[in-house]
Amino acid sequence: MPKNPASDNLVEVDNVNFAYDRRQILKGINLTIRRGQVVAIMGLSGCGKTTLLRLIGGALRPTRGEVRVDGRVVNKLKHKEMYALRRRMGMLFQFGALFTDLSAYDNVAFQMRENTDMPEELIDAMVLMKLQAVGLRGAHHLMPSELSGGMARRVALARTTALDPMLIMYDEPFAGLDPVSMGAICQLIRRMNDALGATSIIVTHDVAEALQLVDYIYFMSDGQIVTEGTPDELRASDKPFVHQFVHGETDGPMPFHYPAEDYRRDLYSGEP
Amino acid sequence: MVIRKALDLWVGVFVAIGLGALLFLALKVGNLTTFSSAGTYLVAANFDNIGGLKKRAPVKSAGVVVGRVEDIVFDTEQYEATVTLALEKRYEFPKDTSAKILTAGLLGEQYIGLAAGGDSAKLKNGDRIKITQSAVVLENLISQFLFNKAAEGNKDIK
Amino acid sequence: MAAFIGFLENLGGRVTSAIHRLGFASRFLLLTLQNSGMSFRRFSLVVREIYFAGVLSLIIILVSGLFVGMVLGLQGYDTLVRYGSSSALGVLVALSLVRELGPVVAGLLFASRAGSAITAEIGLMKATEQLAAMEMMAVDPIARVVAPRFWAGVISMPLLAALFSAMGVFGGYLVGVRVIGVDEGSFWSQMQAAVDFREDILNGVIKSVVFGVAVTWIAVFEGYDAPPTAEGVSGATTRTVVTSSLSILALDFMLTAFMFRGT
Repeated sequence: MPKNPASDNLVEVDNVNFAYDRRQILKGINLTIRRGQVVAIMGLSGCGKTTLLRLIGGALRPTRGEVRVDGRVVNKLKHKEMYALRRRMGMLFQFGALFTDLSAYDNVAFQMRENTDMPEELIDAMVLMKLQAVGLRGAHHLMPSELSGGMARRVALARTTALDPMLIMYDEPFAGLDPVSMGAICQLIRRMNDALGATSIIVTHDVAEALQLVDYIYFMSDGQIVTEGTPDELRASDKPFVHQFVHGETDGPMPFHYPAEDYRRDLYSGEP
Repeated sequence: MVIRKALDLWVGVFVAIGLGALLFLALKVGNLTTFSSAGTYLVAANFDNIGGLKKRAPVKSAGVVVGRVEDIVFDTEQYEATVTLALEKRYEFPKDTSAKILTAGLLGEQYIGLAAGGDSAKLKNGDRIKITQSAVVLENLISQFLFNKAAEGNKDIK
Repeated sequence: MAAFIGFLENLGGRVTSAIHRLGFASRFLLLTLQNSGMSFRRFSLVVREIYFAGVLSLIIILVSGLFVGMVLGLQGYDTLVRYGSSSALGVLVALSLVRELGPVVAGLLFASRAGSAITAEIGLMKATEQLAAMEMMAVDPIARVVAPRFWAGVISMPLLAALFSAMGVFGGYLVGVRVIGVDEGSFWSQMQAAVDFREDILNGVIKSVVFGVAVTWIAVFEGYDAPPTAEGVSGATTRTVVTSSLSILALDFMLTAFMFRGT
């Protein structure tokens, strides 16, 4: 199918606002992600990154604006079309979210069994292939409770990519991992993306890994995109916010101290 | 998949014994075996006083349950109680059968006892039992007893 | 005065949110029923849940049934023998169990054992994002996770109630006939005469089905609606047991009043 150059963007977020319980979480987000890119969305905890991911995945509906994936407006899709789109997307949840009552093998096979009519032999071959790609073919019989954090994350990655999705989303994939596992996941994200010809969105606040891994970065703060650019551009940026984040400075535009009264007064006032 | 097989086995056992328990209750504990779906025919009977007779009370003849009390209404013309009996089709009674309201045990529930007559013609659906005896009301019994006692006392005095 | 108004506002808010929640729960039940197709096409899902809800509750149901029946035998004899009616012991034990104790006590036990387990399981799946992951994989969690558990509960409840009653009658028999010495013949014959299949046993089964629906509905809903934290799940589990128990007792009253009036 000839690619329309205008639809070189796989994901388009168009002036998206999202509010929950009267709290405005996203205030007018605009971003585009081209096919084949690995993009990071970074920011402090609570700035709305995960919400944005959920909106792209169709789990949430924006209160204003549109989210378009592969040219389709996600929030206007009917139930069946939404599920058809979801089969071409994969999301890796923060701690893997493996089904605890199924083995690693069954977890990876889950989507194949539920959503396709593939015969069991074919599923078997594919599951082992996916597990091999993440290096855990030998652990296929283990239950999630028997896997370490890094291993669970990798099995979840195999599960997410089981049906070769065109868009893979990662919610804090590096959270809580040891350096070896972190390196492994990093490599896998890049390899998977290129091998499948897919596009990846990574939500994270792991600066070092992200800057090494991705093609483009969007910075979010307080529900808005404050800056964007390639890793090199951001490393060289002199914007105070970006500088603080990239270099991990304790104090800057994001203050260290939670707003409070004068320290001396608080200590000597005698009131709790 | 050994776990799968054991699971299925246990669920099968569970459902089997559950249904078995239900069957046990129905047959051994309840009266399902005497539950006749053979069909019934309706017969009416009038009583001066039905006492404590209730709907679905048994209708017995010679001590055997032959039917149930279907309905009890007050007849506004005769100022009597009209009781509708549902008798099982397999039991036929002569037209001059009598119906009495009896009590099971001393303080038990009340039921209707049928005593067959000698008529060759049988009761049909919609017929009426002519000979009836009302329930024994305890108060009447007591007052009668007292009355008798008083009468005896009078006789002695005389 | 202001505090009183505040109290009223609070109360009003609580009542409206409770009604809100009831509405949400009803919609949830409707969704569950609508999405039950998968449960019947792939019955193995339901079978698996019957194992966890029903089979694993067997021990507690059978043992409790036995003990309740034995106590009924003891207490029943103690009271009946004063009126010379000890031969009616079978009637007392059987009717108490089949009409009331079987469905109600089995329902309460089921709610605390299986109901709380279902709530905890679904709540935990929600907290660890397993339900969200399932949705992202285009598998409806209500069809795959909730509905099978619902039907498993509805199927298991009447079976467990029947088992409870049967064990209870046996327990009453053991104590009454074997230990105390009530006449075995009159124990069973009077029981058979007094217990009517339609009136008593069938009504008991209807009760247990109603309880099954109520308990399982509450269990799956509380699990699905639980806040995705540790306290959230534990609170939901507690709520399941409390709400189920109260519902069983309230429904029992309504059903009893409807079924056993006037006879």
